[in-house]
Amino acid sequence: MPLTPALLMQTTPLRLVSLSAIDIAIIVIYFAAVLGIGFYLKRYAETGEDFFLAGREMTAWIAGLSFLAANLGSLELMGWAASAYQYGILATHWYWIGAIPAMLFLGLVMMPFYYISRTHSVPGYLQLRYGEAARALSAITFGFMTVLMSGINMYSMALVMKVVLGWDIHFSIWMSSLTVGVYVFLGGLLSAIFNEVLQFVLIWLGALLISIIGLIDAGGWSGMVARIQHNFPGQSYTHLWSTLGSFSDNPMGIHWVGIVFGLGWVISFGYWTTDFLVVQRVLAARDLRSAKLAPIIGSAFKMAVPFIVILPGLLGLAVLPERLVGEGQAVATGGHSYNEVLPLMLARYCGPGLLGLGITALIAGFMSGMAGNVSAFATVWTYDIYRPYIRREATDAHYVAVGRWCTILGVLVSIGTAYLVMQFLSIMDYVQALFSFFIAPLFGTVLLGMLWPRATPEGGFWGLLAGTLSSIGMWLWVKLDPAALRYVALSPKAKDMAENMYRALWSWIVCVAVTIIVSYATRPKPAEELTGLVYGHTKLPSEGEYPLYQRPAFWACIVGAVFIVLNIIFW
Amino acid sequence: MHRPGLISIWFFIGAVLLIYGILILGAGVYSAAVPESNPVVLANLHAGVWWGILLIALGAFYSLRFSPWRRKR
Repeated sequence: MPLTPALLMQTTPLRLVSLSAIDIAIIVIYFAAVLGIGFYLKRYAETGEDFFLAGREMTAWIAGLSFLAANLGSLELMGWAASAYQYGILATHWYWIGAIPAMLFLGLVMMPFYYISRTHSVPGYLQLRYGEAARALSAITFGFMTVLMSGINMYSMALVMKVVLGWDIHFSIWMSSLTVGVYVFLGGLLSAIFNEVLQFVLIWLGALLISIIGLIDAGGWSGMVARIQHNFPGQSYTHLWSTLGSFSDNPMGIHWVGIVFGLGWVISFGYWTTDFLVVQRVLAARDLRSAKLAPIIGSAFKMAVPFIVILPGLLGLAVLPERLVGEGQAVATGGHSYNEVLPLMLARYCGPGLLGLGITALIAGFMSGMAGNVSAFATVWTYDIYRPYIRREATDAHYVAVGRWCTILGVLVSIGTAYLVMQFLSIMDYVQALFSFFIAPLFGTVLLGMLWPRATPEGGFWGLLAGTLSSIGMWLWVKLDPAALRYVALSPKAKDMAENMYRALWSWIVCVAVTIIVSYATRPKPAEELTGLVYGHTKLPSEGEYPLYQRPAFWACIVGAVFIVLNIIFW
Repeated sequence: MHRPGLISIWFFIGAVLLIYGILILGAGVYSAAVPESNPVVLANLHAGVWWGILLIALGAFYSLRFSPWRRKR
């Protein structure tokens, strides 16, 4: 999910850590490995199916890990560790209720329709279900959002490298983005997925050590909680739900209604089930059972990610001798900001070699997220914009060539966006809202399309458009009149995150309401045109021949049970 | 995936982890033998040594288990 920390106002030319020769060797080996994989896989990415969907041959494990790795953008590790320092364990909601139910729903309910329809993309599904207008609207908004987010992530990562290592910001932008561009250009989605699995492993092995040594340092979980209470008396940093009864009782300024219905329903389901950046990885699975299992495997690992992201932030509250502050105050006083908590913890515990591995984990996080953006952009551009509207009849080899060059185009536009952000930092304020503009209404459109046969092409298009425009309208309303926050977010005390959640919720409701009203006023599609696209008109293959432990529903129940237990433990 | 001739991703991961493990173990042993002037917190745990061993073990397992040469035989 797009991240919102204010990593991006940094101007202090600090350098938190110094790398030894062995650390640099580890980083260089990483770059050589990802490029080597790209060159090796070029020969296996000659057809459109290979380049854009990795031949639809991925096992459930590879698709599942890649699905999760594509979500680990540059800010995932740094940003959520910072949020954990700032808001405490509440940041975990973005990993648990903000992800797990949606991932399980994708695997069990939505994946069969995506997979059986044989679509290349989410806009492609909309074309099959609702027609060209809905496809065009969603393809254009997705392409716009993807390259913009990619550029923002690129700029943030370059800034992180500048602050943490003292690297030149231009060097970081060009070096890392061109590396991603080269390996996706060569091997397409196959190369992106292979590298994402490697990056996933490196992220875990690079970041895990901080939590392990940090827990030893703090005296275990109970020792950490005691230290946090000692360092920050009167504040609750270690409870997930018990402080969400009122906007003013928790540091995030949010109410449980916003978390459950805004984050846990619309934002989470919208991102995990309709954002093509992640869904593309699952479409590459080799069969329907693997496609259903992949998000469930991803959800199990997602549930564990707080151990390497949130826990270091909490440990920072317990063990760091200095008090971290907001970005503005850090710039004014020369202190450290929340955003530096992970590098500070890395520098605290990791000596030569381990430091290089930790920095490699940060770089891998950036590159996996960017590869996800670029490969999804190339697919949507080629199949949902170029082929239907620019050159309808061409050879498969032609579309592969277009996809390859779109990869480079996507990288260059992202670099351009990164430089634009460098010049106009206020762009960040707008980008935070993009997700609620485009993804939340899209979820309403796709959900009704899959589950409600009566939804019509006109209903789908106008619902999507109305949801998007209403979200932009609400955002403008609050920008022009801050007092409107009491209506949009139900409280004048709501903070930015809460406002985004409520706006997403309202825009989803508008989308669903308009889709239903327009659908009842227009002619539905004949039943035979809904085959393979809608519940009730699609024959879903039985999994009866598989033993219980090989069925997706069984593992979804296990993950769901662990999810409930974890929420109760950390209530 | 099961495409003829395609080397498994797990082999690449194993190879990278094996190289990393050797480098990190070497750095850890050196740090243990020649302590740094500004050691990290809990340097006495010698995290580099046991983390390097863990990476070597994981890397060796995946490199051998998914080795393309072993598959050819």
